[in-house]
Amino acid sequence: MPLSEFLARRLLQLIPTLIFILIVVFVLVRLLPGDPTSAILGDRALDADVERINRQLGLDQPIIVQFWLFVKSVFSGDLGNSIVLKLPVTTLIAQRLPTTILLTVMAALIALIMAVPLAFVAALQREKLADASIRGAFQVGLSMPVFYLGLILLTVFGARLQWFPVGGYGDGFLDHLYHLFLPSLTLALSLSAILMRNLRAAIIGVLDAEYVSFAHAKGLAPRLILTRHVLRNALISTVTIFGLSIGTLLSGAVITETVFAIPGAGRLMVDSIYGRDYPVVQGMTLALAVLVSVTFLLTDILQAWLDPRVAR
Amino acid sequence: MSVLVRLRPATRLPRPLIAGGAIIGACLILAIFPQLFAPYDPLKMDYVALNQAPSWAHPFGTDNFGRDVLSRIIFAYRIDMQIAIFATVFAFTFGTLLGALVGYAGGRIEALFGRVVDAIITFPFLVLVIAIVSVLGPGLVNMYIAVSVVGWVFYARITAAEIKVQKRLDYADAGRAMGYTHFRIIFRHLLPNAITPAVVYWMTDMALAILLGSSLGYLGLGAQPPAAEWGVQIADGKNFMTTAWWSSVFPGFAIVTTGLGFSLLGDGLAEVLRTRK
Repeated sequence: MPLSEFLARRLLQLIPTLIFILIVVFVLVRLLPGDPTSAILGDRALDADVERINRQLGLDQPIIVQFWLFVKSVFSGDLGNSIVLKLPVTTLIAQRLPTTILLTVMAALIALIMAVPLAFVAALQREKLADASIRGAFQVGLSMPVFYLGLILLTVFGARLQWFPVGGYGDGFLDHLYHLFLPSLTLALSLSAILMRNLRAAIIGVLDAEYVSFAHAKGLAPRLILTRHVLRNALISTVTIFGLSIGTLLSGAVITETVFAIPGAGRLMVDSIYGRDYPVVQGMTLALAVLVSVTFLLTDILQAWLDPRVAR
Repeated sequence: MSVLVRLRPATRLPRPLIAGGAIIGACLILAIFPQLFAPYDPLKMDYVALNQAPSWAHPFGTDNFGRDVLSRIIFAYRIDMQIAIFATVFAFTFGTLLGALVGYAGGRIEALFGRVVDAIITFPFLVLVIAIVSVLGPGLVNMYIAVSVVGWVFYARITAAEIKVQKRLDYADAGRAMGYTHFRIIFRHLLPNAITPAVVYWMTDMALAILLGSSLGYLGLGAQPPAAEWGVQIADGKNFMTTAWWSSVFPGFAIVTTGLGFSLLGDGLAEVLRTRK
């Protein structure tokens, strides 16, 4: 199958996923205790007003029609208004989501920078002291909750040593990066543990492969073999893990943003739950799910590019 | 059954299994008999002993309500071990059974199932759990429901893949030749041989459940104060980190060691089951 056909097929697969996401988000809101009308009007509303709002929101229609109206409004870019902040949910998403994406991207980069060299060291020193200590340290990192690690980094490097701000987002891009450093380091640790573990196993697998022995026999410089042959082939399975971890990373971002008081999408979502601001919860769930499914798509494309066999 | 049979030690047990087993065993004892080990009542407040530093009387200090931090950590094993079990056992049971049926059926059913799984894992796990908890309301039971609604997918996918391998083997054909029902072949013959990856994942999942449970406790969406739960404790102490670090730092040790215990147990179990194959 040529790459273009693979891409087309993969894009088509996105459609049922998107439909499913819409159904889940729709059902979630219907399960809410109390109805949206009384949330808008309060308890002492007049019957005539209730009827008018019901009609306005399309709540007097059958459920299938309601779903259709919901899908239509989503595609016309209308996710309703925040009850607490009195702003359109789409505006809030546009304001807050970039922060979360920047945090996630920084965390992913830091995780890679930590994982790749250490995985090489661990794989080349297999079963020796360096390997055991690297794996042990990451094993502990994997059992460390994000909010706990964040709190400790915040106290030590923020409050005590005052190397970094104790929260907030700052002004301007460089200031953003500075404010997001500790949070993204927090978020990166568990991801780097997963990546390191996987990459180490992959490198060991590749090192034992015949083409690596052949490269050695040809007299290629060991450094060249490691970068050209071993890393590229070992990265293929790691790319998959990396892509699949984006969801976990976004989950972690929700907590990290709460701990570090960063005005991102995750913090907004948690605040909206406390404030019973359901349109925002719904909109954010939708936005984050779409973000993840797009990342999955990009992962698959990247993987097909790294290893053309995948597209077949 | 077959898991147990294969576990019977023929050679030396792997070290991770022993270490993990010891840690989790200790955790279970603390969870069942906390009153034997805790020096104080975990809920008793003492307004003349607020935020006291660790001492002989209070080895881990006291928190902002004057409660003994060590006693709260010990009693929290009860809730957090319960989270590890209750947040995963439904997902394990339902997911494994459904995965077995789907993997055996194959064809269109499996393809459809694959689509559903893909769609569910598209939701960031915690985001979906938080969204469900926000609808149902905060609390442990609602958290179990939310985690189970999402969590079964992973078990089903793992078991379906394993059953697909097993059903092509000779003994499955033999069962069919004997005229056994599909039901009998799946649950009496295939599943006992296919369940091990799911059991190994279950151990990892319990570690994840503890992380998730304490995270939700920290956010105020899981166990509700004044209950002794590690995440709740860390949240209680977070505003006093610079002056009274002990009430947040020590509960974290409990989370890390318990999580580590479950992962070691999972790794060790995987090692045993791999070598016995």
